[in-house]
Amino acid sequence: MAAADELAFHEFEEATNLLAQNPNEATTRGNQLVPQQHVAVAMDSGGSYGAEDEVEENDKTALLQEEKQQPGFWTFGYYQSFFDVDTSQSPRRASIPGPGLAPQVLDRIKGSLLPRPGHNFVRHHLRNRPDLYGPFWICATLAFVLAITGNLTLVLAQRRDPSIHYSPQFHKVTVAGTAIYCYAWLVPLALWGFLQWRKGVRERVGPYTFLETVCVYGYSLFVFIPTVVLWLIPVPWLQWLSGALALGLSAAGLVFTLWPVVREDTRLAAVLLLSVAVLLHALLATGCKFYFFQPLPLEPAAPPHQATSQPPTVLLSPPPPRSAAA
Amino acid sequence: MFAGLSDISISQDIPVEGEITIPMRSRIREFDSSTLNESVQNTIMRDLKAVGKKFMHVLYPRKSNTLLRDWDLWGPLILCVTLALMLQRGSVDSEKDGGPQFAEVFVIVWFGAVTITLNSKLLGGNISFFQSLCVLGYCILPLTVAMLVCRLVLLAEPGPINFMVRLFVVIVMFAWSIVASTAFLADSQPPNRKALAVYPVFLFYFVISWMILTFTPQ
Repeated sequence: MAAADELAFHEFEEATNLLAQNPNEATTRGNQLVPQQHVAVAMDSGGSYGAEDEVEENDKTALLQEEKQQPGFWTFGYYQSFFDVDTSQSPRRASIPGPGLAPQVLDRIKGSLLPRPGHNFVRHHLRNRPDLYGPFWICATLAFVLAITGNLTLVLAQRRDPSIHYSPQFHKVTVAGTAIYCYAWLVPLALWGFLQWRKGVRERVGPYTFLETVCVYGYSLFVFIPTVVLWLIPVPWLQWLSGALALGLSAAGLVFTLWPVVREDTRLAAVLLLSVAVLLHALLATGCKFYFFQPLPLEPAAPPHQATSQPPTVLLSPPPPRSAAA
Repeated sequence: MFAGLSDISISQDIPVEGEITIPMRSRIREFDSSTLNESVQNTIMRDLKAVGKKFMHVLYPRKSNTLLRDWDLWGPLILCVTLALMLQRGSVDSEKDGGPQFAEVFVIVWFGAVTITLNSKLLGGNISFFQSLCVLGYCILPLTVAMLVCRLVLLAEPGPINFMVRLFVVIVMFAWSIVASTAFLADSQPPNRKALAVYPVFLFYFVISWMILTFTPQ
């Protein structure tokens, strides 16, 4: 009886204290104050538990995360788990005990730029938490940078040689986008399918999941972004040198990542797989170089029906060979 | 403990759940009946004023909630259609070369805005889908102004000065768009992910600025 009385009066006192403090506010926005009151009272009554509760919460959430199943792929929460990344390491998160630090996008980008022989990108950087943010936005950036720098090359070429006909060439954006996205998503699909098939044949453990493969390919394309910007400089040997350097770095990253998975297979299959991966990468690089960075030839100010019949010297290298290889 | 209670009388100081303030409004509403009976001019002017107010908020970005609280998509639609109409190439031009068609600009603007909104929500932002679309759409206003200025400047003599003026205007308006949209959107993300959420916005306005800068009249 006494306990119940104490509890009842305790609440009322807190509520009246709150109300006594804000008499004027109450008369103007009655609706808004009521939820505030509820929140305030709830916090006050629970606030004394403080630190203990937080530690309990962390333990509970850690357990829950191990126990709960992953939501189905048709739910929003499924995809949200692949965007659980931070920009870079923040000290606040480092101090909270939990299942692990949030993966960092900049760290993964750096890891892709500097491949090392024993340094497996998937095991070291992804650590079973592949993300979709990196691959998606790197592909988008690369597609737009390709189209824009291709256009800029034409502008610069026209400056030097006024007879070249300049036009914005917007269709290249569509081509670039389609090519990059097809490469970055269909080739990992083919690779993953191939590895799954070989796993069935050879009983190997530990091939990568589809999303890890997509991550590897996506982050390996990052090195092409500064290279494409460098291709603006109209010095041919510099262009080829930077292209070869970028291709080398990115193919090396791919090879070092794929090697541990493939080395237990027969030598023929391993060599075949690695060489096909590197070849496709090289095809993408050279195709982009030829399609986007070749200025159009001299073109008189022709009427439209003649302009469509001029022979294009640009080398169109679309992705159909890759889907055939799949 | 109980002494303080006697000072508080429920009828005067403690508000009843909002019933006291609402009757004023509902009495006015009764006279208005519904918006179906008002004249078309009233409806249009009310919506136009709301859109105009939001334009002002974009041009002078402050930390305010107006764009978020009363979101609407009329403004973004007007801006997108204006921009696409001004950017499209003429039908006489050849099929392969040339600037974007009306549909291409429209698709880039709306699908770009939807993608950025999805990205922001997947990263864990607490902004709703349409609020984010509204903010991104309204912040195209500086770039539409840049397009108008560029078209006017292109009526003059072509040359390097012409290009420098256009470049300067586009850069300034691009920065203005970024600042305006970041002022509204950045608060909805946790601090360690702000850069991840802002970068796609940067890319989006950069692509639109590029389309404006490379526009050449036929």
